[in-house]
Formats: sequence, C-alpha cells, structure tokens
Amino acid sequence: MNASHPGPCSGSCPGGEGTPGRREFLAAAVAGMAGALAGCGKLSMEEFLQRNFRELAKDEIQKILLRLEKEYRAKFGKPVRVGIEEPMQGVVFGYALDLSRCIGCRRCVHACVRENNQSRDPQIQWIRVMEMEKELGVDVQHANHYYDPAVVPREGHFYMPVQCHQCRRAPCVKVCPVGATWQEPDGITVVDYNWCIGCRYCMAACPYGARHFNWGEPQLPAAELNTETHYLGNRPRPQGVVEKCTFCIQRTRKGLYPACAEICPTGSRKFGNLMDPKSEIRYVLENKRVFLFKEDLNTKPKFYYFYGV
Amino acid sequence: MPLRTPAIACAPRRGRRLAFLLGALLFLPARAQHGVKEKAEHPAPQAPEIQVPAPPFSEGVFPCSSCHDGKTMKPDPKRRELGMHTEIELKHGPESRWCLDCHDLADRDSLRLASGERIPFTSSYMLCGQCHGDKFRDWRVGIHGKRTGRWNGEKQYLLCVHCHNPHGPRFKPLKPMPPPVPPEKIRPSKGGRP
Amino acid sequence: MDSLRNLSRFALDTLRLLLVGNRYYYAWVGFLLALILCGVFAYTGQLSQGLIISNMRDQVSWGFYIGNFTFLVGVAAAAIMLVIPAYIYDWEPIKEITILGEMLAISALVMCLGFVLVDIGRPDRFWHIIPLVGKLNWPASLLAWDVIVLNLYLLLNWFVVTYLLFCAYTERHYVKAIVLPLVLLSIPMAVSIHTVTAYLYNGIAARPFWNSAILAPRFLASAFCSGPAILLILLQVLRKTTKLRITDEAIFKIAELMAYTMGFNLFLTAAEVFKEFYSGTEHLVFIQYLFFGLKGHTTLVPFAWASILTGLAAFLLFLIPRTRKNWITLNLGCLLIYASVYIEKGMGLIIPGLTPDVLGEIYEYRPSVTEAFVAAGIFATGFLVFTLMLKAAVPVMLGEFTARRRLGGGSHPEPSDHNHSAREVTP
Repeated sequence: MNASHPGPCSGSCPGGEGTPGRREFLAAAVAGMAGALAGCGKLSMEEFLQRNFRELAKDEIQKILLRLEKEYRAKFGKPVRVGIEEPMQGVVFGYALDLSRCIGCRRCVHACVRENNQSRDPQIQWIRVMEMEKELGVDVQHANHYYDPAVVPREGHFYMPVQCHQCRRAPCVKVCPVGATWQEPDGITVVDYNWCIGCRYCMAACPYGARHFNWGEPQLPAAELNTETHYLGNRPRPQGVVEKCTFCIQRTRKGLYPACAEICPTGSRKFGNLMDPKSEIRYVLENKRVFLFKEDLNTKPKFYYFYGV
Repeated sequence: MPLRTPAIACAPRRGRRLAFLLGALLFLPARAQHGVKEKAEHPAPQAPEIQVPAPPFSEGVFPCSSCHDGKTMKPDPKRRELGMHTEIELKHGPESRWCLDCHDLADRDSLRLASGERIPFTSSYMLCGQCHGDKFRDWRVGIHGKRTGRWNGEKQYLLCVHCHNPHGPRFKPLKPMPPPVPPEKIRPSKGGRP
Repeated sequence: MDSLRNLSRFALDTLRLLLVGNRYYYAWVGFLLALILCGVFAYTGQLSQGLIISNMRDQVSWGFYIGNFTFLVGVAAAAIMLVIPAYIYDWEPIKEITILGEMLAISALVMCLGFVLVDIGRPDRFWHIIPLVGKLNWPASLLAWDVIVLNLYLLLNWFVVTYLLFCAYTERHYVKAIVLPLVLLSIPMAVSIHTVTAYLYNGIAARPFWNSAILAPRFLASAFCSGPAILLILLQVLRKTTKLRITDEAIFKIAELMAYTMGFNLFLTAAEVFKEFYSGTEHLVFIQYLFFGLKGHTTLVPFAWASILTGLAAFLLFLIPRTRKNWITLNLGCLLIYASVYIEKGMGLIIPGLTPDVLGEIYEYRPSVTEAFVAAGIFATGFLVFTLMLKAAVPVMLGEFTARRRLGGGSHPEPSDHNHSAREVTP
C-alpha cells in the first residue's frame, strides 16, 4: 500500500503528512484540463482525484462511502447503504448450472437486474440465456438469444444461461490497462467503477460476453432501486464504465445465495464454497458430469455446467 | 384383467381443483419461503429430519378425513373408476398405478410406503424416493431441486410436490420473461441526460 | 545560454512563419479548422450523452475509432521505411526526405492518441493511465505497453525533428553522436509500436480472428505499404509547390521497395485465408462474415473484396517497372494501396474480430454520424499538425529560414542552394 494519497483538496490539507507526493502534484496539474474535458458540472474534485480502491486507506474508504451515500440519496431520494463487506476466510465461491434442468424462463436475468441495480435504459443485463437445438449441442453460432415463445422449454431445445465465469485466469483482469478490475481473495472478479476509464479492452478479452458497458447515463427508477449495496458490486454505476456479475457480492459475502440462484424455479443453479468439501458445489463437482464453457481457452472458470439427470 | 384407471382419487369439495393445484405449483417457489415449516412426524431412520414448507394442497382439500372419515364413506380397496376426483388425470408411472399405491386406505390423511408404513404428507419425499432414489439422494444434498437460505448455514427445502404434481409429475412449462433488447434498438434516450 | 535564447527565438520565428502564407495556405488551414470545429462539436455531444451516440454496443464494443487508430499506428510505423535505407545504407536521396517521414509519424501519432482519447468512456480519468501518476497495469496489459511505446515514439520523433530543424535554423551542423543513436533507436521503436498494437489484438484468445500468430507480421507488412504510399504523393506535391529538391530516383526507389512489401502483404493474407478455409474449424465464421456475409448480414462484404482487389491491382502497378515509373499509374497505385490497407487494418480488422460476438450474436455495426464527425475532426487535426510542421520545416530545410536570414526579412529570399538539406547544413 502506498502511504501517500491525495487529500480531499477542498482546501483542507493541514494533516502534516509531510511533503505532498508527486501524485498529488501531477494529479492536480491535470485536474483543470480534465475538468474541462469531462464537461465539468457533476464531477467533484474529490471524485476526480479518488485513487484506485486497492490503494485507499480505511479512513479514505469511509469518506468515499459517505460521499457516495450522500450522492445516491440526493439522486434517488432515499437512503442507500454502500457496504464494503470483506471476503470471508477460507472461502472461494463456485457456481454450477444444471443444463438438463434449465428451461430458459429468464427469471434469473430479471431477478439479477433488480438485485444488482442494472440500468433499465439503456438496458444492461448480466445474464444472457441462449436457446440452442439439442441436435446441435453447445455451439453458440446457432444460439437464439431473443426467443420468446408462449411457453418454455420449446420442443427439441435446451437453454444455456451465461454470465461471468469468475475465471481463475481472468483475461479481463490481465488486459485492463489501469488495474481497475481484479480478482478478490474469494474468487470474485470486481470492478472499481470509480477507477475504470472505459477503454473496453476487457470486453474484447472476455470470452463469455460477461462485461457490459454503460453506453449512456444509466436509468434506474428510484422505486426499483435496491438500497442494500456494495462498493464493488451493485451500487448505482456512472456513465462510461464497465460492469459485470459479482456473484451478488453484497449478498454472498453475508451468507446469502446469489439472487439468480434463489429465484430459479427449476433449481438449476447451485452455489457454494469450493473450499468446503461438504458444500453443494463440491457435491456437484464430485458426483456429476461437469463441463466448462470454452475450456480450450484455459480461463479456468469457477462457473461450471453440469448434467444433473 | 387390470382395470383402466383414467380418473381417480380423493374427495372433491369444489371444482377447478386441478387448475388450482397447478397454479399453486407454479407460484410456490416464490411463496415457499413464507410457508409454514412443519416437522416430519415420522422420520424414517435413514432420512435425517428435513424441514419443509407445507405441502401444496389445493385449498380446502385437507384434511382428507373430513370426507374419508371411515363412516359416511366406507373404505373400498377395490380398483375401479371413481365417480369423484375426476379432474385428476394420473400420468405417473405404469398404467397399473392407482390411488391406494400411495394414499393410505385406512388413514386418508397419510401416505403409505410400499412397505405399508404410514407417513405424513410432509414426508412425501420418502414416498417419491422409493422409486426415484437417485433424485432423492441429490435432493437431500440440495442438488436436485431448489434450496434457499444460506449457502453457509441453514437451508430451506421444497418438497418434491412443490414442483412436481404427484399425479402428473412432469415439470410444467412456463411463460418466459421478456427477451433482451437487441443492440440495434438500444438508442440514446431523447433529450439526453435527465 | 546562447542556445537557450536561440531556442526561444526559433520558437517565436516559427510561430510567425506559421501565421503567414498565401491564400491557398489560409484556405487549407481554414478548411481543417472548420473540420476540427465540427469534430469538437460532435465530441461535446458524445461527452454529455455518452458513447451511446456511437453505434458501438456490447456486442461490437470497438469500432470506427479503434479501427482508425490501428491503421494510423501503421502509418506512424512506416517512417522506418525511409529511415532504414537512409541510415543503414547511407543512401543519399532518401536521407533528405527522412525528416518528412518523421513528421508524418508525429502527425499519425497525434491522430492515434486522439482516437484512443475519444474512444474511452471516461476521458476525465485519463490520468489513471499515466505511468507513476495513475496505476498502469504494466507489464500484464498490452494496452499499457501501447501507451508507453506510442508516447515514447512520439517523443523521439518530435525531438529528432525539432533538433534537426533547430540546427538548420542556427546554421550549425547537428551533433551526430546525438542524432544517429536516436534515429537508430527509432527503427526498433517503429517496429515495436506496430508489433505491440498487433499484440493488443493478437493476445486475445476470446477472438479467434485476431488470435493468429501472423497478425503482427501482417500489421508490419501492410504498414510498409500504406505509409510510403502517403509519402510518395506528398513528395510529389512538395517538389511542385516548394523548392525542395526530391529526385525521381528517390521516389522510384521507394516505389520499388513498396512492391516487395505489397507482395509480402498479399502473401500473408493468402496464408491466413488458406488456413481458415482449408481447416474449416468453428473459427471460420469471422472470415466468412468478412468475405461472404453470415446469415444474410453482408455489410462488410463489398469492403472486404474492395480491399483485396485494390491491393492486388496496386501490387501489379508497382511490380511492373513501366507502370511504376509512370506518374499516373504510380499515383493510382498509391491511392489503391492506401484504400486497401485502410479497409483491411481499420474496419476489416476490428469488426470481424468482434462479429459474431463471443456468444454467436451478429450485430451489424456501422459508424454513426457522430463517429464520422469526430473522426473527421481528428484527421483534420493530424493534417493540420502536418501542414504546420511542413510550413516551418520546408524553408528551414531549404536554408531560407535561418536565424541570420530572418533578420534580413523573409520577403527577399536569396536563391537557395539546392544541395542544402536539414542534415547537411554547414555554417
């Protein structure tokens, strides 16, 4: 951890922390230019100078959380909690999805949107369900993403939901030029929405289409806002940054199941601690036939598909 | 000569029974968490006590003994076409299957295992598990079917019959929720930023 | 002290020089400024509404901006084409015009950085990518590498050009011990900017169209076609409009070198096409989409074939000595190869890399009006930078504009010595 950090810069830097580091100096030097670039207005100096989440001290994080909560309260007109629940010791999350049971009803997609405060317009959805023909097997080139029959499952078809695979060797983390995305000790790959520059290299690198960009200002009705949030998870996002599935970090770090697993009417979604030999996820890995999507890319996902029948 | 058993079973109080039952089945997953938890009264020695929500009875049908009291209606073990419960179409297992394979003749508020042992409706999974042993095994560890609660703590189970109508167990198709907006239709909202 | 004063005088004099010109100069600069204004206006809209007013979406997350960026990195790298023979083989005619190649590289790099800047969603956070100030994910991220090498290459070229011109201005001979190592360094640097940019795509296993080992060689081969093509036309314009002496020999020599690189470029393309179609794996869909369309989506097909055909035609024109030494066919060939590489390294590389997307979805991307205007603004900026550099450099190179002569007034330039050039000014 770097000890030097830019102060709030609202004129109050009496802390006597010694000479201002070069970071402060250079950052302040470019501040004016960038302010103009960003169209100013909404961007506070505090927000502009905020450093990468992983370099922040505890008290700095607290200040930021308060600032965000204030900002969200003003925007949505109700209190929002922004948490930073830490990863649990001895926990690495894993997910398994039963392809023989999923019927493609998209309950997970919409539960995820509600839980994770995804933009309604322009629409962002972290889960994509593909309808494929049984005869052709898992081949995305013939997948139908926009199926909408009266009822599912349709004769002769199977359904394959895809979301972030929380790769152990994550291409998105590797390619990010500014270290705005990383893998947490519990195996969740997260994004610092206040550090991402929106270059979208991670989107090009992700083999699962799991990363989504806020092309416009995200629209989220206050009535539908989930006020229980996590800094690295479902807090409302700004325009121009990338976001992704976090295994519902705000829920799972408190012991709850992810929203998609909880809503699934067929019980196709299994979640748990890969380090716990008695967990559901370990049972699946040991007793069912499991396959990895795009295994050849060697991304080592912690999201597995299995055939439960 | 085996009897044909197209329509069979308990005592109807009202019409639109099947529709109701199906409706209950469809929406149960969401409501189940709020359901009353009942303890299995007769846990089998090999099955640990598993907490489940109330079985998804059609409204007003239980207890069955309010009609099948053994007095006004004498138990009749003979296999036959019933005049009652005609809305139930049994589509489960071989043709030889009929009501009293699972419902207890003497105590209609209970189910019966092949061994003759009586079990309450809240332990119906044991009845299902007689034939579907592999599913039962998976269900107990939380792999078959849905389990809610905490991944690192207490979990809530659903009974087999919460998702599978025992008289026609095939999982019922659902109306899918809306498909995503295709990229061509994601456009800037008029007037730009709010 | 003396040289410092000279330097500030040099800067001031250059500025003055840039402000004065004939009406064609004013018209041209005015036109570029108007385009830049359009670009700025379009970009302002993009800043407030977000990149949603581009036609990029999650399915095709990079488009016209990054396509142009990639192409222009190639143009910037091509300066090497002129530097290598000039300095390694000491080949005089090309040596004179190397400085032009370096100025072309500077302009191309300015455009490259412009295209990257307009493509990112949070330009206000650009400081995050500045080494030591922000948090550069180096060496893991190829984009971090690209940021470093592009800026170093820009700095290097800018320094060499400025230094050489300054020496000419003060009528002193440049210090060979400074220039030669830097120029020699610029050779691997030029290769590296294009290689790193190729690796940026090449390293992405999720996109099989880019994940080919010959991507970097193809980048270099095509850059060595398009960069010199621009230069050839430029040299002809310059020797018509200024007193700069550029021999036919120099131009034909460059054209001959181009014929080889064009042949090699076509060969590499053929190698890629063969591999894809003969093996016919699931990775075929991307090149199929490019050349034949997929499931009725055929936006790129005419462009893809245009690129192949113009590339082939240009190759033949440059290969045959008679057409290579005919000004009309030579210039036609330049235009054809430029068009070919522009399509191939721009939209023809980025779009099929992302279409169909990783989940098989086909979204037919076409740049939006905003993207076109912003791009036009950036191209105009690049042209303006080049124009201004040229405006200052040509008189200096001709020895018409020096610290001594500007005192006598620029209106009566003495007949210049044709043997003077930036690199051979003697006091």
